[in-house]
Amino acid sequence: MSSSLTLLGWLLALLQALLYLALAPLLVGWVRLVKARLQGRRGPSPLQPYRDLRKLFNKDTRVAHTASPLFIIAPYLVLVATWLAAATVPLLALELPTAVIADLIVLAGLLALGRVFLALAGMDVGTAFGGFGASREMLVSALAEPAMLMAAFTLAMTAHSTNLSSVMATHLAEGLVVRPSYLFAFAALVLVAIAETGRLPVDNPATHLELTMTHEAMLLEYSGRHLALMEWAAQLKLLLYAVLIANVFVPWGIATTLTLGALLLALVAILTKLVLLGAALGLAETLFAKLRLFRVPNLLNLALLLGLLGLLSHVILEVGA
Amino acid sequence: MSDPMPVLMPALPAPLGLAGLAVLLALLSGLGALPAGRWPWLLRGFSLPLLGLAGLVALGAGLGALGTGQAETATLPLGLPWLPWQLRLDALSGWFLLIIGLVTAAVGLYGPAYVRSLERGQGSLATLGVCSGLFVAGMLLVVLAADAFLFMIAWELMSLSSYFLVAFQHEQAASRRAAFLYLLMAHIGGLAILLGFGVLSAFGGGFAFTAMGGADLSPTWATIAFGLAFVGFGMKAGLVPLHAWLPESHPAAPSHISALMSAVMLKVAVYGFVRVVFDLIGTPHWPWGVVLIIIGGGAAVLGALYALVQTDLKRLLAYSSVENLGVIFLGLGLALLFLSADLPVLGALALVAALYHALNHALFKGLLFLGTGAILHSTHERDLEQMGGLLRRMPWTGLFFLIGVLSIAGLPPFNGFASEWLLFQAALQSWQLESGVLRSLVPIAAAALALTAALVAVTFVKVFGIAFLGQARSRHVRRARRAPLGMRAALGLLAVLCIAFGVLPSVVLGLLDQVTLLLLGVRLPQATAHGWLWLTPVSPDTASYSAPLVVLLLLGIAGLTLVLFKSLLNPPGARQRQRRCDPWDCGFAAPTPAMQASAGGFVQPLRRVFAPTFMLTELLLIRDDGSHRWLVRVADRAWGWLYLPVVRLLEQVARRVVRLQSGNVRVYLGWTLATLVVLLWIIT
Repeated sequence: MSSSLTLLGWLLALLQALLYLALAPLLVGWVRLVKARLQGRRGPSPLQPYRDLRKLFNKDTRVAHTASPLFIIAPYLVLVATWLAAATVPLLALELPTAVIADLIVLAGLLALGRVFLALAGMDVGTAFGGFGASREMLVSALAEPAMLMAAFTLAMTAHSTNLSSVMATHLAEGLVVRPSYLFAFAALVLVAIAETGRLPVDNPATHLELTMTHEAMLLEYSGRHLALMEWAAQLKLLLYAVLIANVFVPWGIATTLTLGALLLALVAILTKLVLLGAALGLAETLFAKLRLFRVPNLLNLALLLGLLGLLSHVILEVGA
Repeated sequence: MSDPMPVLMPALPAPLGLAGLAVLLALLSGLGALPAGRWPWLLRGFSLPLLGLAGLVALGAGLGALGTGQAETATLPLGLPWLPWQLRLDALSGWFLLIIGLVTAAVGLYGPAYVRSLERGQGSLATLGVCSGLFVAGMLLVVLAADAFLFMIAWELMSLSSYFLVAFQHEQAASRRAAFLYLLMAHIGGLAILLGFGVLSAFGGGFAFTAMGGADLSPTWATIAFGLAFVGFGMKAGLVPLHAWLPESHPAAPSHISALMSAVMLKVAVYGFVRVVFDLIGTPHWPWGVVLIIIGGGAAVLGALYALVQTDLKRLLAYSSVENLGVIFLGLGLALLFLSADLPVLGALALVAALYHALNHALFKGLLFLGTGAILHSTHERDLEQMGGLLRRMPWTGLFFLIGVLSIAGLPPFNGFASEWLLFQAALQSWQLESGVLRSLVPIAAAALALTAALVAVTFVKVFGIAFLGQARSRHVRRARRAPLGMRAALGLLAVLCIAFGVLPSVVLGLLDQVTLLLLGVRLPQATAHGWLWLTPVSPDTASYSAPLVVLLLLGIAGLTLVLFKSLLNPPGARQRQRRCDPWDCGFAAPTPAMQASAGGFVQPLRRVFAPTFMLTELLLIRDDGSHRWLVRVADRAWGWLYLPVVRLLEQVARRVVRLQSGNVRVYLGWTLATLVVLLWIIT
């Protein structure tokens, strides 16, 4: 633990956190581009999300008369909680201080903190859509969060540690071993990621003004920089889940020593993984249609079951074997 | 973390003396309220402040006992000639004195303003004051008792005085029914505890805890004693399926008493269970742990689900107590499981997590019940469907309530998260167990815990979102006034404690060191080895969490962003960039309060997902004027599955027995003679 708490470590952790913030819109832009091409459109440049954010930051902010102070504080809290959660997921290097401050369970907790404030903000103005959105968001999270924890526990029990950096280090040290529990955990985590980041088939990120919307419904009353912060937080969350899946299940390339060469290699590696994952997400979103709201719990129960199966197959098949 | 305490200690009187003083103060507070019927100000001016003082003194006694780790004993010149009452204050008692003391102090601060509104009501203020004093004194004595005799007397004092508090609004039939049910269940539970003590004293040769602790029990008798203690204390703690009395009775009492009952009395039941099972019975067996984990996990999930669908705020909080006690017992079960597998350090970790959660639950549930009392005081409303927009009318109450909500929802960096995190860490060590079956049971329990945490988050988003955000749904809520200063101060105190115990978990673990040393003979050497900044329950490689740094980063970055936007991007002199406007709501009709999500509607999707758990009645009423009403009633399945069958069975037996009652004296004399003959025959 103390080995990671060096000045260089803190600086790298800061760099990594800033990199998260900088890369998040790009991933969304890339997924949109892939989707557009698959649907036969030209699509905007992958840099479009940056332009959108800049536009929103320069706009005036409107706040409803009926809004309480919570409405104004919430965007900052949501962004910061999500950002802090993201900072704990190793992007370039293992053994950074942020991974020691908070483990997998704290990561889930920080995401939950952001989500609770998002839902509360949705209910604050007292409009019909905000309430719906919050209700649905909490429905999805009530079933997705346990599934995520189950998948996390599977990984943690394999590594005998809830520290993400140890989990990845264990996987690296083992080499390419196919563990049944990892396959289950992978499937569960992918389903959770889709649900939590509001992608198809759970929620459609491309539409406003649809009765079935979840995430967008909570943001309807936001404008200007508040909206920009909320959008940025959502983009961060997508990047967080993508990096989590990429680096936990395919950790190769991540820097185990803090040298410049290793870090550059890690950057190339993670960018490659993200490009592939983004393309896969775009392809999946083109192929699947949105589920009815009451079919979503089935999907999430499947995720929970997969997570549990992962844990059980670990304790039964792999412990002591 | 053990260093600052012993330095302070010599200056203070002995902890046991302080604890005795706390009991006396509580009794005096009860005594002082006797003439409150005549002079109502006595209750708020004398009795309740004294109760708060008793809480503070008890807190001091608890801290003293935890600091020194020394057990102190005393024998009182009271009781039966051959069975004097014995008191004992050790680290375990100290921990629970701390819990009782903190919440009682807050209630003493809060009560005066609250009972003021009761002075115009019909309830007897003398009863309220006297029973409150006796209730607190009873709880303190339970924790201090060192023999079964005094323990049972204090236990009954606690149960009976709280019966009168539940029956405070006895002019309402529902209150009377709740109180009767409470009395009934308290006594069935009391009977089981008494029988459990009977088993222990028969083998130990005495009623003193020291004698019982030395009893050499065969596994069968140990299991019987465990079962009786589990039923008795579990009934008081509201474990599923014996919980149905709890959501009826806790809400019926005045709010500050509800807070005491839910936050403290349930913990006294936990104390009794820990004392009997971990201290007196001694060597645990693995099936006990399994039973505890299954029942505790069931209570947690079911309690959370039932809390989710409630619309009466106090009932919702009572169901949430069922859930939290389930979590605590799950932790105790894990501890038993690890202990029976000869893994004392892991057992200590699980025990610490459970006891830590007991403290946390006392703090946030006290805060939420008192906050509900403040809403009730300002609006005379406890139905969520009528509330809304209270944050703007009661900003401080709203802020403190929000802290309680975030704590109970188990979100970092608040206290609920710290104890749940420890519990998860303990569960994740299950790979060290030998048996494959047990190894796979624990992850399922962890899954139940994760589901519970997520459901609680939904429940309390609903509570805060419906009650404090949005717009008022009724006229009296729109006219809500701020809560009085005393109430806000008490809420603030508990809110600050919720944050403090969440941010500094290593301090709490330092205090709990003495408890695990006393009960299990081990400490958690690693947990606080890296300073107050770090929590590393097993080892730094296994897991680490630094709540202070998380808070620092959260606040630091949020503050920085805020300042950035205020100063750099919005230079002074520029035009106002944030303006107020009407809500948009997609540009449809202007939103009215009735268009907001309702408390029932908010959880409708989840209610539908978990429909088989509830006894649901849904009705569509079409009135003569063509208007429609959709009625949803959610009842507890425990009634249909357990309580009503028992009642029916009792009635059938009673109908058979009643045949004996003919009203004829000669027949009765005949029965008496026959009984006498049979008895004589048995004796000879």
